[in-house]
Amino acid sequence: MTDQGKPAVSHSVPSALSVAGVISLLRKRTLVALVLLLLAFVAGIEVGRPGTVNALWISNMALFAAPLGIVAAGQTLVMLTGGIDLSVASVATASAYLMATHSGLGLPSVLFGLAVGVAIGLINGVGIALLRVQPLVMTLGTGLMTEGMLVVYSQKMLANAPHVPQFIEDLGAGKILGGVPIDLLLWAPIAVLVVFVLRRTGYGRLLYAVGDNSEACKLAGIRVWRVLLVNYVVCSLLAATAGLVVVGGAGNADLSLADVYLLPSIAAVIIGGTSIFGGRGGYSGTIIGALILTVLNSILTLLDAPEPIRQILYGGIILLLATAYTRLTG
Amino acid sequence: MTAPAGGEPSAMGVSAMDSSGGFAGRFRRWLRLHPSLFAMPALLIVSLAITVAIHPTFSDFDLQSLAMGALPLAFAAAAQTAVVISGGIDLSIGSMMAVANVLAASTMENANIGESLALAVVVLLAGAAMGALNGLIVVFSRVPDVVATLALGFIWGGVALLIMEKPGGGAPPEFLNLGAGTLFTTWLPNAVILLVVAVSVIWIPVRQSRLGLQLYAIGSDRVAAFRSGVDIERTRFSAYIFSGLLSAVGGLGLTMTTGIGAPLAGVYYTLSGLAAVVVGGVSLAGGRGGMVGPVMAAFVLTLIPTDLIFLNIDPNFGQVIQGTLIVAIVMIGGFVEMARSRR
Repeated sequence: MTDQGKPAVSHSVPSALSVAGVISLLRKRTLVALVLLLLAFVAGIEVGRPGTVNALWISNMALFAAPLGIVAAGQTLVMLTGGIDLSVASVATASAYLMATHSGLGLPSVLFGLAVGVAIGLINGVGIALLRVQPLVMTLGTGLMTEGMLVVYSQKMLANAPHVPQFIEDLGAGKILGGVPIDLLLWAPIAVLVVFVLRRTGYGRLLYAVGDNSEACKLAGIRVWRVLLVNYVVCSLLAATAGLVVVGGAGNADLSLADVYLLPSIAAVIIGGTSIFGGRGGYSGTIIGALILTVLNSILTLLDAPEPIRQILYGGIILLLATAYTRLTG
Repeated sequence: MTAPAGGEPSAMGVSAMDSSGGFAGRFRRWLRLHPSLFAMPALLIVSLAITVAIHPTFSDFDLQSLAMGALPLAFAAAAQTAVVISGGIDLSIGSMMAVANVLAASTMENANIGESLALAVVVLLAGAAMGALNGLIVVFSRVPDVVATLALGFIWGGVALLIMEKPGGGAPPEFLNLGAGTLFTTWLPNAVILLVVAVSVIWIPVRQSRLGLQLYAIGSDRVAAFRSGVDIERTRFSAYIFSGLLSAVGGLGLTMTTGIGAPLAGVYYTLSGLAAVVVGGVSLAGGRGGMVGPVMAAFVLTLIPTDLIFLNIDPNFGQVIQGTLIVAIVMIGGFVEMARSRR
């Protein structure tokens, strides 16, 4: 966004009011376009069902968007390097399930969940960074592995039924201070940290550099494998964290708990303007993307359409948004 | 695909021009160009041998259930192969199979065999139409194919649920027999005949034609293909049509082997089909591999849970092994590639 230089800007100023001017402005300020789209969605809800948009609704949107935002944070980091992680949904489910079957331990049960994230992330990272397996294949494989292991595990643990402890339920569904969702208090620091790391630290710059041209990075003396390894571990860890939030909101752990998060986690990143080929984008766009998808879900709920129609509309609108974005900026 | 354009130089089209070196030389070259044609039958024979070894009473009945189990997966793998060869990916195959499955089971329930066959043609056309729509959207939206087909899979899944809310329907027994029975001997299940015939009828003409060469060409190097005058967009579009068509055959296979339609049954086949493609030696980078490897890999992947049951191990480990196998095979492939380039 920054490298488009001055001539283009001065050129578009005289025609700022024309359609072409607006489009070229939106091209340069994609974040503005996304926020406008989000506001348009919200306005649409308010027009269609006056009185829906109030403090409670906004607080609920934040509550529902947080787990998606956290998974999508990991997905953003991975996509910035030109990869993709198809195992996030399985990792989130496994994390939630393992935590729930160890809930007798109290707070340390969370560590079991996060450990799954680190373990799968390490496997992904070793395969992709060291053995140069394509990210798509590697994370597909580890996703299948995780799911299979989880099924076997759940049958071995019949005596030890999963139970969601109170503090996790509070994390996933609770609100404090008159309406601030607790999971927002988890998401906000993560968001600040991710944005800070991407914009202000050497590691962030490395991610963009590797995504842009990993060969050049290697020649410049960067240990690309280290960057990628850390990246996939962080992504899985974030997915595992999100799994804990999801299970808190759902109230009980089952084996397909977080499956629905795979498509939105990728879609939020794409809609948010991060290129799947790496090197371009950032987390602030993804945040708006996650909010847009959450509001979209809320619209479909308000429409009270049957499940198949909802699914078709959801997929269709994601496709439309992604198309609009790709064609506008591509 | 997610892979950057700067891949390795490929060997596309070499096999067609190669005429020197005598029989032995040609055989060696053929092996090098198509390692999966040698490795996959070997792997299938070995895994069949293992099965017979741990389950000495392996009978024609076991063979039939293996063929029936592998039939939908093999078609899912074939459908994915058509797209992967062209350098793309289709994550909506399972959902398209589900649509074909419920479409067949809901319309054929009270039909006779003649009507069912006519309806099967309609289902195939619907499959090709779904594939065409996928192709149009992938090509003209310019959204990366992973994302576009993932979203489309969501949509087709919704369509399947719309046609049939919960498992049900059926088809006349003669029609089911096309995939579930035996015709000549009990050791040659119809499922195998159907698989070989359907894949050959659809794929061999394509493979031999200009379109086939173009599919491989855009998969191995899109820029070079473009400069040689290949219409990239039209070729990618065609790849998705074949993917939709083969998915529809897979959906019909699912109807034949299960006897009913189930709107959620197809979901499993997207990822497992991709697994079979990888295990079958087709590079996800595009431009390499054929139909034989993935189809045979589907049988190997179906044998794994069966063997686990015979060994009294939890068959759910099958999915773990499937995942591990994908990763292991790709890693071995990577090592071989590295060793070859160093030499």
